[in-house]
Amino acid sequence: MTVPDRARVVVIGAGIVGSSMVYHLARLGWRDIVLLEKGMLPNPGGSTGHASNFIFLTDHSKEMTAFTLESANQYRELGVYDETGGIEVARTPERMAELNRRIASSHSWGIDGTRLLTPQEVKEMVPFIDESVILGGFYTPEVGIVDSLQAGTLMRQKAQEMGALTVAGSVEVTGIDVEDGHVRRIHTTDGTVEAETVVIACGVWSPRIAKMAGASIPLTPAVHQMIDIGPVPMFENTTREVGYPIVRDMDTNMYERQHGTGFEIGSYAHRAILMVPDDIPSIEASALSPTMLPFTQEDFDPQLEDALELFPEIVGDESVGVKLAINGLLSLTPDGNPIIGETPEVKGLWSAAAIWIKEAPGIAKTIAEWMTTGEPEIDPHGSDIARFYDHHKTAQHIAARTTEGYNKTYGIVHPQEQWASNRPIKLSPAYERQKALGAEFFEAAGWERPYWYNANKPLIEEFGDAVMPRTEEWESRWWSPIINAEHLAMRDRVGLVDLSAFVIFDVTGPGACDYLERLCVNRVDVPVGRTVYTPLLNGSGGILADLTIMRLGRDLFRVVTGGGMGMRDKKIFTDALPADGSAQLHDATNQWTTFGLWGPRARDVLSAVTSDDVSHTGFPFLTSRTVDIDGVRTLASRISYVGELGWEIYVPIEQGLRVWDALWEAGTAHRLAPVGIGTYAVTARLEKGYRAHGAELELDFNLVEAGMARPTVKDTDFVGRAAYLRQRESAPAALLCTLTVDDPTSKSGAKRYMLGREPIVTRDGAPLTDAKGRRSYVTSAGSGPSVGKHLLMAYLPPDQAVEGNQLAVEYFGELYPVTVAVAGSRPLFDPENARIRS
Amino acid sequence: MSILVLVEHAEGRPDRLSLEALTVAGSLREPVEAVVIGRWSTELAGGLSGRGIGVVHVVDDPRLAAFAPAARAAAVVQLAAARSASTILAAGSDRGNEVMAHVGAKLDLPMAANVTEVLGGDPLRLVRQRWAGSLLEEATLDAPTKLLTIAPHAVAAADPAPGAAPAVETFSPDLTENDLRVAVARRLEPDRSGVSLADARVVVGGGRGVGSSEAFAELEELAGLLGAAVGVSRVVTSQGWRPHSMQIGQTGMRIAPDLYIACGISGAIQHIVGARAAKRILAINTDAEAPIMSVADYAVIGDLHQVVPAISAEVRRVTGR
Amino acid sequence: MNILVCVKRVPATGGTIVLTADSQDIDTRFLGFTISPHEECAVEEAVRIVEAQGGSATVLTLGPDVASEQLRDAMAIGIDNAVLLQTDGSDWDAYATAGAITDAIRTLETEAGAFDLILFGNEAADTGDFQVGIRVATALGRPVVSGIKGITAAGGQVEARREAAGGGWEVFDLAMPAVLGVKEGLNLPRYPSVPGRLRARKKEIRTIVPTRRAGGPAKDRLRLPEGTESQVEVIGQGPGAAPAIVELFQKLGVLGR
Repeated sequence: MTVPDRARVVVIGAGIVGSSMVYHLARLGWRDIVLLEKGMLPNPGGSTGHASNFIFLTDHSKEMTAFTLESANQYRELGVYDETGGIEVARTPERMAELNRRIASSHSWGIDGTRLLTPQEVKEMVPFIDESVILGGFYTPEVGIVDSLQAGTLMRQKAQEMGALTVAGSVEVTGIDVEDGHVRRIHTTDGTVEAETVVIACGVWSPRIAKMAGASIPLTPAVHQMIDIGPVPMFENTTREVGYPIVRDMDTNMYERQHGTGFEIGSYAHRAILMVPDDIPSIEASALSPTMLPFTQEDFDPQLEDALELFPEIVGDESVGVKLAINGLLSLTPDGNPIIGETPEVKGLWSAAAIWIKEAPGIAKTIAEWMTTGEPEIDPHGSDIARFYDHHKTAQHIAARTTEGYNKTYGIVHPQEQWASNRPIKLSPAYERQKALGAEFFEAAGWERPYWYNANKPLIEEFGDAVMPRTEEWESRWWSPIINAEHLAMRDRVGLVDLSAFVIFDVTGPGACDYLERLCVNRVDVPVGRTVYTPLLNGSGGILADLTIMRLGRDLFRVVTGGGMGMRDKKIFTDALPADGSAQLHDATNQWTTFGLWGPRARDVLSAVTSDDVSHTGFPFLTSRTVDIDGVRTLASRISYVGELGWEIYVPIEQGLRVWDALWEAGTAHRLAPVGIGTYAVTARLEKGYRAHGAELELDFNLVEAGMARPTVKDTDFVGRAAYLRQRESAPAALLCTLTVDDPTSKSGAKRYMLGREPIVTRDGAPLTDAKGRRSYVTSAGSGPSVGKHLLMAYLPPDQAVEGNQLAVEYFGELYPVTVAVAGSRPLFDPENARIRS
Repeated sequence: MSILVLVEHAEGRPDRLSLEALTVAGSLREPVEAVVIGRWSTELAGGLSGRGIGVVHVVDDPRLAAFAPAARAAAVVQLAAARSASTILAAGSDRGNEVMAHVGAKLDLPMAANVTEVLGGDPLRLVRQRWAGSLLEEATLDAPTKLLTIAPHAVAAADPAPGAAPAVETFSPDLTENDLRVAVARRLEPDRSGVSLADARVVVGGGRGVGSSEAFAELEELAGLLGAAVGVSRVVTSQGWRPHSMQIGQTGMRIAPDLYIACGISGAIQHIVGARAAKRILAINTDAEAPIMSVADYAVIGDLHQVVPAISAEVRRVTGR
Repeated sequence: MNILVCVKRVPATGGTIVLTADSQDIDTRFLGFTISPHEECAVEEAVRIVEAQGGSATVLTLGPDVASEQLRDAMAIGIDNAVLLQTDGSDWDAYATAGAITDAIRTLETEAGAFDLILFGNEAADTGDFQVGIRVATALGRPVVSGIKGITAAGGQVEARREAAGGGWEVFDLAMPAVLGVKEGLNLPRYPSVPGRLRARKKEIRTIVPTRRAGGPAKDRLRLPEGTESQVEVIGQGPGAAPAIVELFQKLGVLGR
């Protein structure tokens, strides 16, 4: 068929993602939608066609669970959701603990029917399992199987019924024209479509399509093996497609499900088998479909043994044959998250890729909202395509991280778990010094950041039990009491922190000030030399980002933001640049390295290496100015994220080592300690009640709830101002609080320390739900060595957000008593901020 | 030197595929001789007139009345030696390939099966079929006697030219016990009723899209109305929905009806090679771009479970059946 | 009864064959491999006969190391032993293949006695030479017949049936030891069970390095036949097309009467 000449939006790919996209766009009022598909409908030959189609609801990630819950609801509404229940079984004690943790996550995200089963209870639900192999199971009644092809068909039909959609099947995209950084038209085998908005929903082929426009979608096709055996005698009289709960055999990285009279066994246990998108065979040249590649038996053999052990009655039945065995292709990404949103390279070009069946309709809804108003209901920041740095987009990085990540699909992944492959990538100028100090490096935005320094081990003795030692392996993993010792040393004396991962933009031009004022909640038009901390909002008042801006000149501002969301923040700023060119943004990240110098003796150290005035009156809080250190002209900014007197010192990167050495040498006399990010980002921050993006600050919370509303709102307009004003006028639905753990002693007698994302409940274990339907959960958790308590932050409904209120936190199947220590943003440590202003 | 062509025949008529082999032989610029096993008749003489044959060697040996592949091969080998044949040709039929394989084995010479083109030269350059014709191999055959079978329908059988009937000579082969030990001992009559797939003028074919054994009733109803036979693709037999005897394809039956109605058949190579000889193909498929469309003449895009019953109803309405 | 089944590893092709850049082979990078379909039936038949009558079944193939995958496929459904005539993966023509298999059978039979029945596929799905079984049988001096779709073996005799041209069956009686070329339709091969797969994985495969006889046809190159694509005329969509279809039937004269 011939494609239309012109479209309001072109969606490429009619799998479950593209089909959901066209429906949600149509629902939100888009018309002249063209859906291009190179394959044949209803099964175009991508991953949708061979997906196992089951939906387990709980993920430790709030964002992924939100997408999944929304998707399950949509599938239900479409009538394609078969609620079978699902059980994740454990073969090891570690896995049983993990299942307990998953129960907690399900409670955090409002999935209440979940429960742990004994092996016998599993057997009652799944009579063909050998329960002697397992220790128990995690049961979710709402787990189900969907007909994803039918769902796609219905979504397309609905869009067509609204008169919004033209579907062009068997049309292959051959090129994408980009002019002035904006997508303009799509060339296809059946003609050219003019379109200013294009969505790539091409699954494993997405990188190839994006490349046509000069954009990058860093995913790789990878093999997921599955076999279908049958006919199973005990299924022969079942009328349902699936009459038994789906089983995930977590420890062997496998799943098993009934499939009519058959039994499907899938695996994530085998070696990662990656493909290059251009190598995927054509539809014509494929024996089954392009994404159903020939089975490689030897990779699956060990899994057969595992399946046989768990389901001997079915898998061991000599009359049950292996009817289909495939290497199915799916999409893997370097960090395991989907890739969605407008590409940073090309305006109007959107990615909807690396999305699994379980989350597709929910993500499509999110993208459609994002495209329509810029204000998705679910915060997609973890999946935002703009999160990637250039090194993330290299084939080497993608291959390394997806290979490493594949076997973690069902893995027990620690919240702090570090990647091992393709490191190190970015090194601070002081890296060798830090290595010599025994730095334990964690990766952030590709940077190797010391999380703590083993050279500080002697500090543990100095501070004794104040370092809050941990005995449990889980909480000691990716942690050291040295972190708390460094914290205490900094509070007592002075610490030096490497902050190289900061992302820095210089904004210049006559329109710079007005431009920033339009983006930022707080006033940016301040005297030169002042530093401003400010959140950024979206139009509906959701919190988009938070960062600091230094005014360095009338028309020169330096924006400093965290590495984690730095590239996404860059896109927010870039997208908002004035069309008249009156302001420019320059990414100066690679020009500057940053060191933090904080503690009561910070001034002593700094004044030892500079003749510039660094006195309290000469260099007041929240100002910045040049300071010459050992012959290097640096920019120092008096600010603190740790609650101590001190500076962030911005140094030209090639002179960074010299300044580190100078500070180090001057610090000796003051017993300066190298201090890691464990203190900077967790312990010191929590004691001060500072909020972090991605933890406390997300689109679904507002500044009033976060306790960040200032007494007045600036007069000039900024994004989200109207919504913010409205939020200030009504009572918040929740209030961010700091809680202390009253007694971390578990039933076993061990002391347990929460790591974040656990549900906050009443002392009786009842969940807390606010007026907007959100559950209370721990947004951040960590030691408070200076206050002697384990600290949690959580949004609580107003009636619970009362200081002294006694609540509980659910952790590994037990409740621990907690107390609301602070309702709002008052610091728990040094509430008057005397230290910062000393 | 001559080319010896093994001509198969039935009821006094030369087999069409053997005529095709004769056509290829005639293009090779060497005298063509034929060998006919069985009773010579004026009818057969007529059928072989004007086909460029110099001599027909008739092997009318009662021991060869029942088909005995090794014995036939022995006769061909002995005759070829007697006539100093440079090349022995047969049709690429089941029997032709089988007898020529025996000839190759007896002479310990290579044999090229299902040749589509003889390009000439010595060593002989030729083109032959692989994958039942989905792929061609250009090959070189280096042997004192070239043994070939000609792929069915690789060339059209030339119309007979006016001319003299070939000379007829009889040949009496020397057959051993071993040559004769494998022969058709008896025949069993067909055990199926209904229209034979091989002879049907119309075939209704069903593939994966039919979905189940039961759903074939829809196809069988239409076939009944049209006096057609029902055929299936390989997936249908491997699913156990229908027996292999109904399978059309590389490893099943080759059909050549006037109309082949392919329902829910995607058109894998395996299947298409069996249906290629149909004069017309009508595809009924939900998918307008299925490979079957590249060989179909007509198509209906739609769900066969709706389309086929609708056609049956319409046939009933129009014919009053 | 002792049975040998000779099988060939062939790619499982899709709707189109893709050739390598040098036109010497099929591009099999993204294709699976299978036992050639006729031989799948031969394997199944051997297993059935041994299940019913006792004895043992051996599978043999000539090919590269990876062809052991097909030997294991055969063992997974019940074949007892496997022999790999190991090559470097290059094409072996039918003449050379038959010579190598003959040599191997002589070796195996010297060690463990004659095979009562040797089964071949009627022709390989890929090269379609129609002759390896006949050559091997001739070299071994054994009776052979091709195109077989029915086998009854008992008392030193095998009754082999094949479809007759005009319908019905031609029946052959062969004294064992005998060789048969079989066709798909002989039986419906079973799927391997998981325990079968796991047993097959652990079984040994005997490897013999064959000697290649010269003299067969030499492949120069492969090419795809000229396109025979038709121009398809779409008559209609869905059941509404029925009247147009019946008109077409009338035009083609297939409606009868």
